[in-house]
Order: sequence, then structure tokens, then C-alpha cells
Amino acid sequence: MKVKVYVTLKKSIADPQGTAIQGALKKIGYPIVEEVRIGKLIELQLGEISVESAQQQVKEMCEKLLANTVIEDYSFELID
Amino acid sequence: MKFAIIVFPGSNCDVDFYHAFKDGFGVDIEYVWHDTENIDEFDCIILPGGFSYGDYLRCGAVAGFSKVMEAVRHHAEKGKLLVGVCNGFQILTEMRLLPGALVRNQNLKFICNTVGIKVENNQTPFTNKCEKGQILNIPIAHGEGNYVADAETLKKLKEKGQILFTYSDNPNGSLLNIAGVCNEQGNVMGMMPHPERAYESILGNEDGRLILQSIIAFLQGGWKNE
Repeated sequence: MKVKVYVTLKKSIADPQGTAIQGALKKIGYPIVEEVRIGKLIELQLGEISVESAQQQVKEMCEKLLANTVIEDYSFELID
Repeated sequence: MKFAIIVFPGSNCDVDFYHAFKDGFGVDIEYVWHDTENIDEFDCIILPGGFSYGDYLRCGAVAGFSKVMEAVRHHAEKGKLLVGVCNGFQILTEMRLLPGALVRNQNLKFICNTVGIKVENNQTPFTNKCEKGQILNIPIAHGEGNYVADAETLKKLKEKGQILFTYSDNPNGSLLNIAGVCNEQGNVMGMMPHPERAYESILGNEDGRLILQSIIAFLQGGWKNE
């Protein structure tokens, strides 16, 4: 089973990288972009596992290591 | 009185700390590799600066899971001294042994400079040789030193005197200009500036001595937490 984990900075945390990229997009002709937030995409390849167990274990992985919940939010999707 | 410096793959301020304590103050100090299990003999543990595990994922995230860190957590829970400088501070926040987190500098640059930091609380094992309000000139060298925490945590840090150092001229965007904090019990301290790089005049500055001397004085019983 393949899992895509998305980790993003919490709304309350400033993202200077996102702000810089928003400025760059504006400069190259996309003033429509009002905000850019940059996060991480982490792809996991799991062995044989049930959907339920995968969900529980990936959540644990996020809480323990993949995200720092003091500053980051996470979400994930399971892909067969 | 025995000190240990935990060495991770990618640590690079371990030798500076060893030199400062051993040659500067004649303190009994040892390097401890990250897969050590027993650290009971040590009174103060130092987590040095550097780029442990290549700073992969987030600075300090992986180091917190090293074998030795279970013993380090236990050491801290017993009330013994634990100090993290720079990457060591990042490790302590990742392990939740200190509140908050350290994120990218506001200007997105790695900053290598000597900055003024103000001693906000001198009634601690780490600052008792300093004057309250004293400005120390200490080098910083980091890309992720921007201290963040939620409003409630910041309020609590302030009320409990857990903010030990603040930048005179904020270099990285840290909230409340925070450069160093301790836990509520007052035995775990993290700071981004490097006192070990400023402990003798040949390094250009010896303001860092006061922090190292404070720790030694505390362990020698010369200063008691009131």
C-alpha cells in the first residue's frame, strides 16, 4: 500500500518561504496568487497491511516523527 | 562533578564544548556516543550544536530517537542538569523537554554573527553568575533559530521566569526575542547562541564563561535554587 503524507505549517506559524515564492509568482505575472504556503509531501510504501491498521500506524508515525505538532498539521491518504 | 557531551552523527560543536570545560575550567568531561545506554554517572549532559542526522526532516527530529536519548530523558526527569545549545536546543524542543519549536529564520538566511543577549533571569543553574539585565555578546550560527510557541505557552514562560535570554536586536524573528529558555522545573535549558565559542579572549570574546561558570557553580553547591 502506498501512503501520501502531507505536512504543512500551522496557520499561526509564519511561512517566510511561502511569502518569498508568492512575491516571485507576482513578479513573473501571477498577481492573482494571494498566499503561498509551502509544506512537505512524504511518500511511504507499506507492506501487506489492512486499511484500518495502516490508518492507525501512519497516524502514529505522524504524531511521533513525521510532523512536529507544535508547529505543523498533517494529513494523509492511502492509495492502493 | 561529571559532564557528558552527547555526540551524534553530524554534531560539530562537541569538541568546542569539551575544550571549554576541560581546558578552560579543568572539569571532568567525556564524549558519549549516541548509542550509549547508561549515563547514570553524569551530573550534567550537554547536547552540542551541529547538524545531527543531517537535519533531515526537521532539525533535531531524528536525534531525539537515538538510543541514548531515553536515558537523557530519564536524567532530566530526575531533575539533573541538561543543556542544549543550537542543534541541542532544537533536539530538546523536538523531544518536548522544552516548550515551543525552532523554525526557519525570518529572513531565510543562515546567520553567523556575534549578537547581544540579555539575561532575563539570573536565578537559575545556568545564569547565576550573570547579572539580571546584563548583556552578553555570544556568537550565533543557525538557519533555524526562530523561536515560536503559542500565546498561552509564551505567557506561561514569561510568568514562570523560564525565558533566560532575549536578543537585544532580534536576528531571526524569534517571538518575544527569545534566545534561550528553561523548563518549568529549571533543570533543562536550551539556547541558540554558543557560549562555548566565547569562553576565552583568544576566541574574540569571553562572555560565554559566565554561563559555563554558572553551571559549574551550581554543581559545586555554590548556588542554590531559591
